[in-house]
This record gives sequence, structure tokens and C-alpha cells, in this order.
Amino acid sequence: MPANPFNNFHDYGIGIGLRVPHYRHILEKKPVVDWFEIISENFMVDGGRPLEVLDQILEQYRVVQHGVAMYLGSADRLNREHLKKIKRLVRRTNTPWLSDHLCWGSVDGRYTHDLLPMPYTFAAAKTTADNIREASDFLGVPICVENVSSYAEFHASEMTEWEFLSEVVEKADCGILLDVNNIYVSSQNHGFDPYDYLNNVPHHRVGQIHIAGHSKFEKYILDTHDHPVLDPVWKMYAHAIKLVGKTATLLEWDDRIPTFDEVHQEALKANRFVEKQFQNAAA
Amino acid sequence: MATAVFRPLNARDGMQARWTDGRETSTVAESFIKPNDRLSSFERLEIYNRVYWFRVLDCLYDDYPGLRAIVGEKRFLDLATAYLAKYPSASFTLRNLGSRLEKFLGEEPQWVTPNEELALDMARFEWAQIVAFDDAALPQLTTDALDTPPAKLRVRLQPYLSLLELNFAVDKFLLAVKKREGDTLRDEASNTFEAMPQSSKRRRAVRLPKRERVLLAVHRYDNQLYYKRLEPEAFAILCGLANGLTVEKACVAGLAKTKRTKVDWPRQIQEWFHDWSALGWICQRKSVGGIVAG
Repeated sequence: MPANPFNNFHDYGIGIGLRVPHYRHILEKKPVVDWFEIISENFMVDGGRPLEVLDQILEQYRVVQHGVAMYLGSADRLNREHLKKIKRLVRRTNTPWLSDHLCWGSVDGRYTHDLLPMPYTFAAAKTTADNIREASDFLGVPICVENVSSYAEFHASEMTEWEFLSEVVEKADCGILLDVNNIYVSSQNHGFDPYDYLNNVPHHRVGQIHIAGHSKFEKYILDTHDHPVLDPVWKMYAHAIKLVGKTATLLEWDDRIPTFDEVHQEALKANRFVEKQFQNAAA
Repeated sequence: MATAVFRPLNARDGMQARWTDGRETSTVAESFIKPNDRLSSFERLEIYNRVYWFRVLDCLYDDYPGLRAIVGEKRFLDLATAYLAKYPSASFTLRNLGSRLEKFLGEEPQWVTPNEELALDMARFEWAQIVAFDDAALPQLTTDALDTPPAKLRVRLQPYLSLLELNFAVDKFLLAVKKREGDTLRDEASNTFEAMPQSSKRRRAVRLPKRERVLLAVHRYDNQLYYKRLEPEAFAILCGLANGLTVEKACVAGLAKTKRTKVDWPRQIQEWFHDWSALGWICQRKSVGGIVAG
């Protein structure tokens, strides 16, 4: 699939999240990694070790910003001070695009530090799209919004999650960070077919893919990012690649983090699916 | 939903059965959350309520090992819950979660009796470490500025530097606590779920420090965290500089109460300034038309 306005970086390859336990290894060994994704908020500080490490990483690697606190789905207006801090970081990293979540998480100046699900209504889609446009205009970089894993659904919803995601990104004219693990987690928690989700989002808007591990409990699945990627998620990833083409892909591993090499090897498994799809397409 | 998320958990780490107005929470949950074939509306909402509290308590648990050692594990979680119920996070980053803890302990000392003063000292000290870790570093004083006479020269201290007047040797106490349990300062945000902070395995408690006046600078050097004890006169001079006094007035004020007479003060002050400059503490105030202004 050729590049498009939301996926100009289809040659980015397979990245991994930059995490503290790996700093020393990365800075000393300088392993070959296609790119690193940083959690923006961890580097939206005024000084000290985080920025020193980031600058050293930027000398060697491509870095893409991923946020957890823009709360694009909040009914409140976007926080301008927060956007200014992101913009300062964008100037530092030269991130080619940045992502955050299709969720809300703050109300009246109080922060939950969580990615809370939204009611899938047309009104919420419009508010969210307006927020995304405002953020993108202010920040001056393309934005990809990520679908979150969820554990609750609202009576107020007027459409499916994938219809809501499509409505938002079309209205905002932005990209999608398609988290196939989140789709799987939500499909199990809410009883929908994850392939319906994959098949029915606007594929030309997918600029990045996330893969991760999750944890199964008796009555629900939690998005824990503390395991290798499970087989159903790899299968969905293969299907996603078939639909959207080569796409920058990132493995998230945020808890019980193993060695750098273990995380990297797990991430590179994605190449199998990409190469297989690429060979099939060539044939 | 936000109301449910922010409400403290019950004693069994579950969502409270009664809503704020006395209705059953299950009734309220059913009014806006769909149930599924495995979970009721209440249970689905409870997942978010639990995750919120586990995350924020886990953060404070990691950021305040010293305060935790003073009040004990169980009381610390009760204190942290009361604090966050009164002062929920007002920042996009968990880094700032403890920013109002000192204020809270001043307002509600019953959470730390009988060690109110010690707990307050420790809360200030542990917050100062968070500031020292990643607050801004301003450009250091230039040699041009040193041409300004001390009677006119005003400087700033680095934003990451905290000057603490303490009633207990919390610095040594915290080192002992960290040695006991390993340094586990939280270091970054994540959007994944975390387990409820688990009480550490029973270890021999570190003896609480005795009352002792300690004047401390908490700072960083080469991006590493340090604490430095200061002599009273040095502390007073630094406080004067921080409060905007000229170098000359800060030195005069710093020595105003000293009873030490056998000290070569000009030489001593020169040495202090040399050390503080080498540590990068002294920086330029806003420059107006080439004149270093206050």
C-alpha cells in the first residue's frame, strides 16, 4: 500500500518503547533499533536526567512521541499550558507525528491518570474531533489517535466503537494509531468480533500500530503490557498489515519489563508478518 | 463516572456500596453503564475506581518511602487516601502528586501523630528530592555579572535547589530506610494497570531520628541527586539570596546572628561562594539593559 497523508512513514519499521530499565543498555551498547516511542509526559519536565537521556537518545535514534494525558475526548477545552509543553518537546524530538488516546481522563482540573472510555455519540465525536484539530493546528504535527482498551460501555452510545473512531478521525481529518491488542481486549470484554473492528476502520488513515500483551482474569481481560504478545493478537496484527500495508509498528511493554534484548526480540517478531504480507503482495 | 472513579475504595478495596446521596451505587451504575453476561454495571465501573486508586496510591508509596517508614505501611495508605480524597491530582503528571502533601499534613496532623513534626520534615524533604530530580536548570552566573559590586549584585538560586530548615536528621534516616528496602523512586508515567501497593515484607524498622536542627540543601549535580548539610551562616546567606537580597545584604544578614568570632568571615564567605558556584547553584537574575537587575 502506498504512503498516504496519514501514513508517510511506512518504512519506519518496528520500534519499541523507551523505558527507564533499558536506558543504560541503550546508551552503552547502542543497539540497532528502527525507532523508539517515548511517553511524552515523562519528558515534559524542565530539566534533569530525563532530558539528558532523551538528548542522548536523539543523537542516535528516531523518536516518536506518544502521549497519555492530552485527553482529546474530554468535554473540557484542551489545556493550553499542556499543549505548550508538548510543543516544546516536539521541537526537541522533531517527532514526525504524535499520538494520544481516544479517551477522556480529567474533569474540572482533576486528573484520573487513566484512559477512560467515552460514550460513542455523535456529539462526543464532534467535540473530540474539534479538540484534535485544535491540537494538531497548535502543535504543527500530524496526530494519530489511539483506540483504548475498555471495561465498560455506556447506555448513551449511538454506534460501535469502530464507527465512533471512524467518525472522529474523518471529522478531525487525522490519523489512527491502531492498537490491535486494545481491540482484542475490548472485544473480549464487550463481546464483539475484533475482525469487524479491523475491517471497518478507514485503513488509509492508519499511521501506526501498537501491539502488546494483556492479562486474563476470570471475568474480563486487562491491558497490562506486562507479557509477550499473545497469539490472537499476532493473528490480528497479520490481518491488520494485510489491510493497511507496511505500517510503523511498536511493541508496548510497561510493567515487569524484561531485558532490552527480550523486548526487542519480541517486537521484531512483527517483521515475520510484515515480510510475509510483502512477499504475498509481490507474488 | 468521574465521581465514581475519585471516590475512595472501601475497606476491602472495592467500590463503595452507597453513592454520595445515599442511593445504592449499583442503581447509579446501572443508569449509565451497560452490564454484560459476566459483569454487572457496578462491577464494570468498579474496575475503573480500583485502578485509579491503585495507581495513585502506588505512586505516593514509591515517592515517599521515608514518610512511610515513619508512620508505618497501613497508616501510610490511610493517610495517602485521605490526602488524595482532599487533594486529587491537579496535574497531567503523577510527578506532582505529592505537591500538596506538606500542606495537607499541616492541616490534618492527626494522620501522623505522634510524629507530626518529623512527618512534616520528611514530606518536605521527599518533595524537595522530586524537585531536585527534574526541575529547571538556569544558566549559571556569568563572569561579567561578577564585575557588579556586591552591594548591587542580585542573583538567583537554581529552581531545582531546595533549602530546608529541619528539626530532625531526616537525611540520614532516609538513607537508612532506602538501604533497608532498596531505592524505589517512581520514575515515569505509564497508562497500564498496576497492582495495589503491597506492604513490604516485615523488616527490622529503622530507628526514628532524634530531634536535631539540620539545615539542608537538596540539589542535583551532574543529574544525580544530592543532599548537603549547611552551616547556619551559609544557610542564612543562601536564603537571603533566594529572597532577592543583594549579595552584600545577604552576607550581612547571614552573619547577623552568628556567635562565632574566631572565623575569618571574608575568607569563609569567599569559599562558600566558590563552592556554590562550582555546584552550579548560583545563576543570573533577569537582565535589564545589560544591568543585572533584581
